[in-house]
Order: sequence, then structure tokens, then C-alpha cells
Amino acid sequence: MASGQQWVLVEMVQAFYEAPAYHLILEGILILWIIRLLFSKTYKLQERSDLTEKEKEELIEEWQPEPLVPPVSKDHPSLNYDVVTGPPSHKIIVNGKECINFASFNFLGLLDNERVKLKALSSLKKYGVGTCGPRGFYGTFDVHLELEERLARFMRTEEAIIYSYGFATIASAIPAYSKRGDIIFVDEAACFSIQKGLQASRSFVKYFKHNDMEDLERLLKEQEIEDQRNPRKAKVIRRFIVVEGLYINTADLCPLPELVKLKYRYKVRLFLEESMSFGVLGEHGRGVTEHFGVNMDDIDLISANMENALASIGGFCCGRSFVIDHQRLSGQGYCFSASLPPMLASAAIEALDIMEEDPGIFRVLQDKCKHVHEALQGTPGLKVVGEPLAPALHLQLENSTGSRTNDLKLLRAIVNYSLERHIALTLARYLDKEERFLPLPSIRVVVTVEQTQEEIEKAAQCIREAAVKILK
Amino acid sequence: MTESAGNKNEDCHAANGVKPGKNGMVKNHHHHHQYQKQEKVYHAACNGELYSRPFIESFEETPMLVAVLTYMGYGILTIFGYLRDFMREWKIEKCHIAREREEQKDFVPLYQDFENFYTRNLYMRIRDSWNRPICSVPGATFDLVERSSNDYNWTFEYTGRVVKDVINLGSYNYLGFAENTGACATAAGEVTVKFGVGVASTRQEMGNLDRHEELEKLVASFLGVESAMAFGMGFATNSMNIPALAGKGCLILSDELNHASLVLGARLSGSTIRVFKHNNMQSLEKLLRDAIVHGQPRTHRPWKKILILVEGIYSMEGSIIRLPEVIALKKKYKAYLYLDEAHSIGALGPNGGGVVEYFGLDPKDVDVMMGTFTKSFGAAGGYIGGRKDLIDYLRTHSHSAIYATSMSLPVVEQIITSMKCIMGKDGTTIGRSRIQRLAENTVYFRRRLREMGFIIYGNNDSPVVPMMLYMPAKIGAFGREMLKRNIGVVVVGFPATPIIESRARFCISAAHTKEMLDRALDVISEVGDLLQLKYSRHKVIPSLDRPFDETTYEENEE
Repeated sequence: MASGQQWVLVEMVQAFYEAPAYHLILEGILILWIIRLLFSKTYKLQERSDLTEKEKEELIEEWQPEPLVPPVSKDHPSLNYDVVTGPPSHKIIVNGKECINFASFNFLGLLDNERVKLKALSSLKKYGVGTCGPRGFYGTFDVHLELEERLARFMRTEEAIIYSYGFATIASAIPAYSKRGDIIFVDEAACFSIQKGLQASRSFVKYFKHNDMEDLERLLKEQEIEDQRNPRKAKVIRRFIVVEGLYINTADLCPLPELVKLKYRYKVRLFLEESMSFGVLGEHGRGVTEHFGVNMDDIDLISANMENALASIGGFCCGRSFVIDHQRLSGQGYCFSASLPPMLASAAIEALDIMEEDPGIFRVLQDKCKHVHEALQGTPGLKVVGEPLAPALHLQLENSTGSRTNDLKLLRAIVNYSLERHIALTLARYLDKEERFLPLPSIRVVVTVEQTQEEIEKAAQCIREAAVKILK
Repeated sequence: MTESAGNKNEDCHAANGVKPGKNGMVKNHHHHHQYQKQEKVYHAACNGELYSRPFIESFEETPMLVAVLTYMGYGILTIFGYLRDFMREWKIEKCHIAREREEQKDFVPLYQDFENFYTRNLYMRIRDSWNRPICSVPGATFDLVERSSNDYNWTFEYTGRVVKDVINLGSYNYLGFAENTGACATAAGEVTVKFGVGVASTRQEMGNLDRHEELEKLVASFLGVESAMAFGMGFATNSMNIPALAGKGCLILSDELNHASLVLGARLSGSTIRVFKHNNMQSLEKLLRDAIVHGQPRTHRPWKKILILVEGIYSMEGSIIRLPEVIALKKKYKAYLYLDEAHSIGALGPNGGGVVEYFGLDPKDVDVMMGTFTKSFGAAGGYIGGRKDLIDYLRTHSHSAIYATSMSLPVVEQIITSMKCIMGKDGTTIGRSRIQRLAENTVYFRRRLREMGFIIYGNNDSPVVPMMLYMPAKIGAFGREMLKRNIGVVVVGFPATPIIESRARFCISAAHTKEMLDRALDVISEVGDLLQLKYSRHKVIPSLDRPFDETTYEENEE
């Protein structure tokens, strides 16, 4: 065998010598061609249909973009805002008519409190208005540090962090922790700024039915099974539950004790948005945790804005330092935005002072809330949506006309009727196309401590009349 | 768009050395007439005829040795970081990091280990250069709350003392309207007493005051546009309105150095985002052409619309957008232009009208004029100006108008008063002279720094003046040495800048007097010698008779 093979080799070499030159050249070229084909890049589809410059110019010439914005009809219901002249406080002048305010979230009436105003004024005289910089670059004022410390103390947490815009608070906080690949369990009724935070986080979002703990548990269980299937992945996926303390869209409370139980059972972190309940619920106004007697440390993060009960501007997050401190470098709305004007921080500090000095104010507010809730019952054609404790209720139509536009028109007619009779109400406004679960059209009724017994009766009476007249 | 003849246009100062640097940024060589070396100057994207004024922008290349040393610096820091982490792990070194609660130890960790490596081992060493609390007006000078740390910056203690009269080179107080006296403060004070500070409702519900509407009319007339709308936060103006303008099937072309708010807004919109090189018109044009020719990926459907996002002045680079060229491109390719004037409004242009006025352009050519009130107006918030149909659409569709509390009224008053002052509507020339003063201060400060041999980035007319430090150790050292000498500066490093391009940033204000600037410059020079920061190899000889443009300082002030 061995000699046979040798013979073949010798023959091959001989054949090589004997072959004509043109043959060798041809074969050489063919071999090179094969090598080229082997090593050349696989061609792209685009290259194959390469367009000539002229064709490109034609395409560019032909392309017609859509207009930047679609036209808005002149009589769009939300194009013509109601105009307020004078201070937006208890007595408010809307479209030239003096009314009693049942529309602004000024729950504790601190908006036109003299002490708050004077504190803001003296702060203005010391610091001016603007901060001219973000917190990192000389935009941190001593009053910011004071306010953060005061808020932390008020809420009985380790640390608080303030934002210069209420809307940006939870919307920045969520993406600071939850990243791509993480999972967030959210109540369907969550407000718009939570929705924006979810979107910015690019995490998986799982919605559970509003306040339905069974549905939440079902989702958590599903995830648990998923985790068992893939334990390595499960070790790095962070999970969060995001809920509101008192839902702005439905005016009801979250079942916090059950949520805390689920949190520990399934090892999920719990974020709580308290813009509606901070300074409202609980004996000292600490919100829904105090209301339910839940330990503050069981909640990983609480956020609220300072634009409702505190009647200033901005928002804050509070919790353990381990959690909150992370936002100082990762909260986008904190790092990249100018800080809160110091006079607004001072106003918030004074408002906190007032809340701490007189906790009786929360009792008064809670009584008023119950009173309004009761007074509005039995309005023909309208149903009251919300807890008796909620300071911002919704009035919805009992029988919808079947079209959202017509429903809104009817409700707007009731608002107008009331405005004529010196009761300032407003429709709850939503971005119809952007809301994940669009709430039903409603009139917002806001309770404040400044509303007297008579005023509440008068407002309820007025709404009743309007309903009878307009809804027939 | 290319123009080959270099000196066809006599006043074509827009020398644009299109030479991609190591980090992908375009480095533009600064030059003057007497130093002009033909072989170094490329006029490829000159478009000189589009500019009504000289456009001088420079980004001197990082010296090779400095780059090498900087990388070594980071290398050493990283090695020591691992070493200290190891020691913390074994409890040899005390660990100051806040810990997870015992009850939640078995949860999935909230932070990945490596996530905070940089914060723990690099940022923490020089943390004292940031978040310095102040306790006065952030004007030309300010008072700092003194703090000290006994545990290498893990915690701070306030000593109770105040560092008085520190020269402020950090705040964005371009026109000096951060004041606690004068017309603005008085007006804001009156409003505070009458209206209070809060509004407690949204624009669409019960928070639309006549003062808000007045402000919007004033902003529209200031910008020279049909209509305008104001918002409570500058950051949110971008992040909450871009989603209203673009959506699925739209393309957003964004400058690589755009602010986080623009990036977030673009991301929230759900559009496709493509990034072009900083202020590089060839890169933008290529993206525009490709986008229109190829359409959407895979389906090749034509894009619904293309939106270009740019800023007027880039706050970390000190560069000014090449707006005339952007507008020419936008018109040629039928794209829409969103211009963020956060730093340029008030600070550029003979009447403070921003980058559009600076180049003598028509505001109608910019589809969306966005800006903030935080900087030049000494207030807070942002605005969007443009055609009436745009603003009407935003009034009905902006997230802010529907879900966010309206602007605080004292803040509104501050803006109205300062804006009227800038426009000369208050019957004085204060506004006018401040604008002039800012322009003079800027040119003077930049020229002096360059003469001292520092590497200064950006446009000659930009009041944002980045000065290169490069090495990580010099970030902290510069901040501390300057503060020791009573000057407050901003220093920035990674991730706000490319890793080797750490820098100090000075923001010039109209409130700075000549004496303050001279004092600051002397100190910068002193510290510069101490830390060896005078890197520039393009030594500029101080010359008194060099022709400058109309905003040159008088010779005797030299």
C-alpha cells in the first residue's frame, strides 16, 4: 500500500511538470478565485440594490413628511383653559367669578397661610429666586439640606431626597433602580407619572387588577414558577411592586398590610407613591403607612409631591439610606435638573412646622372628607367614587351616554353650572391616548380644611341641582 | 455641501479641521490669521457664506503623553479600588457603605456589585468637589457652608463656619439675575405675599392663572415666534414634550452630546433614535440621506417624520451649534428642528435672543424653540415656542399641562421682570448693558486663559468655558486648591465627559467685574502652575494689537 501511494505522488509531480503553462496559469487563477470567494464578505442586500445618486436624489425629492403636529380643532375641549385671576386659594376667581375652591389640591389650606408666605419672603430676600444650577454644581442650598432632614424626620425614615418637580419624582425614582430585564408589578390604576417611570426604566411591566391582591399573587406565583425554571437568571432579576397609597384616579386606598405580606413572601421590593395621602392620612399626616400602622421600614421607598398638602412645589422620596442615597447619582430628575428654588423649600419647611405643631388639622380634614363624601351621596345621575377618607373624590355618570365625548360634555355642563353659582369644580383631565388604562370621565371634588359646613352643603346642593337639570 | 476652495470666502473663519479624534469627536483646530498654516487647515465643511460672523471654535487635541498618563492614572486607581474592596470584604478596612436591612438580605440585591465600583473607589475620593452647600444668593460671589470629613468623604460634618465671598465661577447665572435685591426680587416678593408660592393644581384643571398666560405671551414676543408655552421644570420640558411630537415610525436624529433630558424624551417617544457626531454636519447629512433613501429598517416604509435634536450651547463642551448649516440641511431634507436653548437663551445674541439671533437667523426656521428659565433669568422652569398650531397641540397633549402642577407664581414673576429687563421694556438699559458685559467678559476670560497656555474647549463667544484637566487626580486637586483660594469652580470627569477628558468648567456671568475675573485668572494661573495644567502646545503670544471682533476689551484694560 505504502509504495503504491508513493507512486501516485510521483506521478502527480510528473504530471505537474508536463502540463502546459497556460493550463497551470488557468488553474492558479481558479484557485485564487476560490480563495477569494471563501474569504470575501457575504454581500449585503442593500449593496445589491445599490441606488445611483440620481435615484437617491429622486427619493429625497419625493419624500413628504407628516406635519410636525396634527391640526387641533379650535373648539377642542381642553384648548381653552379656565382662567384664574388672583390667588388660587380657598376663595378663587375663575373666569371673573369669585368661587369657593373645590378643585385645587390645597388640602390643608397652607397655600395662603401667612406664616408660609412670610417664610418664603424672607427666604427670597436671602437667596433670590433661582438656584442657577443643579445640586451637584453649587445648586445645593442650606435650606435644601434642612428640608431633606426635616422630611426624613417627619416621615421617620433615615433619609429623604428632594426633587424640583412633583411629576419628576417617582418618574425618576423608578428607573434609578429598575433596569432593563427587571420586573415591576403595578396596579392598573397607577397614575401617569408612575407610568412614565415604568416606561423610562425599560423593565418588564406586569399590571395587576386594581387593588386585587389575588391577581397580584397570581402574577407573583407565575414568576416564582418561572424563577424555578431558570434559577440563575432569577438571582439577578430585581422585582418591584409599585402602588399608590391613595389612588388619584380612583380615590381609594391600597391594601397596604396585604402588600407588605406579599412583599416578604415573594421577596419583592415595595415602592409607594403618596402624593394624595401624605399630609392627609394618619394621626400625624404621615400618610397611608401611619393609617394602617405599617412599619415605615417595611416600605422600600415612599415618594410624594410637595404640591398638594404642603402647597409648595417639588417632590421627595424617603426611606432607608441604603436605598435613597443611590438616587443622588442615579435619579435623572435630581442630577440633571436645576434644584428647587430655595424659597419654595423654605415654604415647605414652614408648612411642615405647622403640620407638626398642630396634628389636629389632619383630624379636621378627615372629618371634612367624610362629610363631603356623605353630602354628595344620592346625587341623581351621579355616583361618588372613592373612600370616605379621600380628599379628592370623583363624580362619575351613573349611566354613560356611550360616548366619552358626550359624557365629558355633560359633566362639563355641570361644572359650568356650578361655576356660575360660585362653586369651583373641575373635570379630571387625562391624555386619552397615552393612559394605559383610561379612567372614566369624572368631575373632581377636592376637600380642604378651609371649607365650612355651609359651603360644603351649598356645593352639594348646587351639584344636585345641576345634575337634576342637566342629566334630566 | 462640500466646498473645496479654502480661502474663497475672506471671512470664513469657520475653520473646521475634520479630523476624527480618538474618541470619535471632531477636533476643530483653532487658528488665527498669523498662525494659519495651510497644510493644517481643512475647509471641507466651511460653508462660510452661511455665517454672518466669524465662527471660531477650538478643540485642541490631547497631547499623547498626557493621554498615556491619564490612562495609567485610571489603571492605578482601579487596581487600588480592587485592593480596597478586597480589604473591605475581609474587614481589614472599615466599610462605610450603607447596608441592606437584615430582613431583606435574601432579596435579589438592589445594586449589582460592580455597579458602584466607580462611585466607591473613584468618586468617593474627590466627592468634596461636588454638592458644596451654599448659603447666599448664587451671584458673582457666594458664601459656602464649610464642611469637613474625617472618614475620607464618606460622611461630611458641618463645622458651623461659613466661607465668605467666594468668587462664583460655577453657577449658570449668565446675566446676573440671581439677585435678592432689585426689580426682580421686589416684584417676586410682592407676588409671594399676595399669591403664596404653590398652585396646587394643573394648567388644565384649576391652575391656569392669568400670570401664566401673560408670561407665555411675553416669551413668544421675546423669541419672535407666534406662540409659546411655559413649564415648571426645564428637564421635564424636554422629557415630557418630545413624546408629544414624535412617536413610532418617526426618526429622531440626536447630537451625541445632547443633555440627558433630550435623550430621555427621545427614548420615551418610542421613535427610532440615531446619533450623529457632535456638531458634525457631514455626519448629520449622511444620516438624513440614508434615512430618507432607505426608509425604516426592515419594512423600508418611508419615515413619518424626522426630528433633529440639538442644543444651542453645549454645557460640557462650550461649543455653539452650527445652526446655519443645520437649518440648511433641515430645509433640504424636509426634517424638523428641535433646538434646546437652555444655555444660550439670554447669553448669546446682541439682544439676548439666543443662538438664533447670534447667527442672525429667522426664528421661524426653527420648528421647536425650547429653553429654560433657570439660567439667564435666574428662575426655574422651561418653555417651548413655535408656530401657533404647534403650541395649541402641546396645550392639549403635553403631559405637563395635564398632570403636573403649574409654575409657582413668584417664579413666574421673576421671569417676567427679568425678561422685560432684557428686552428693555422696563425703560432702562440694564438688560442691554448686561448682555454686552457678558460678551465682553467671555471674550476676555477665554483669551486670557488661552494666553496662559491652558487648553480651552469651545467657541470663542460661549460663556461656558471648559478647561482641560485630563488626569483624574487633578480633578479633586484643582477643585480644592481653587476653593482654598476662595474661588468656586465646577470640575467634571467621567461619566459626564469622555474618560480621559476630565475638565474644569467656568461659567462667566455679567455680574463678574473685571477685578473678580482678574483675581480668578491669577489664581487659575497659580494653581495651573502648581498642578501643571498648562498643556497647550499652541502657545498664543499675548498681543495687544491683535484685531478682535467688536466685543474686544479696550487695550488699557489689559
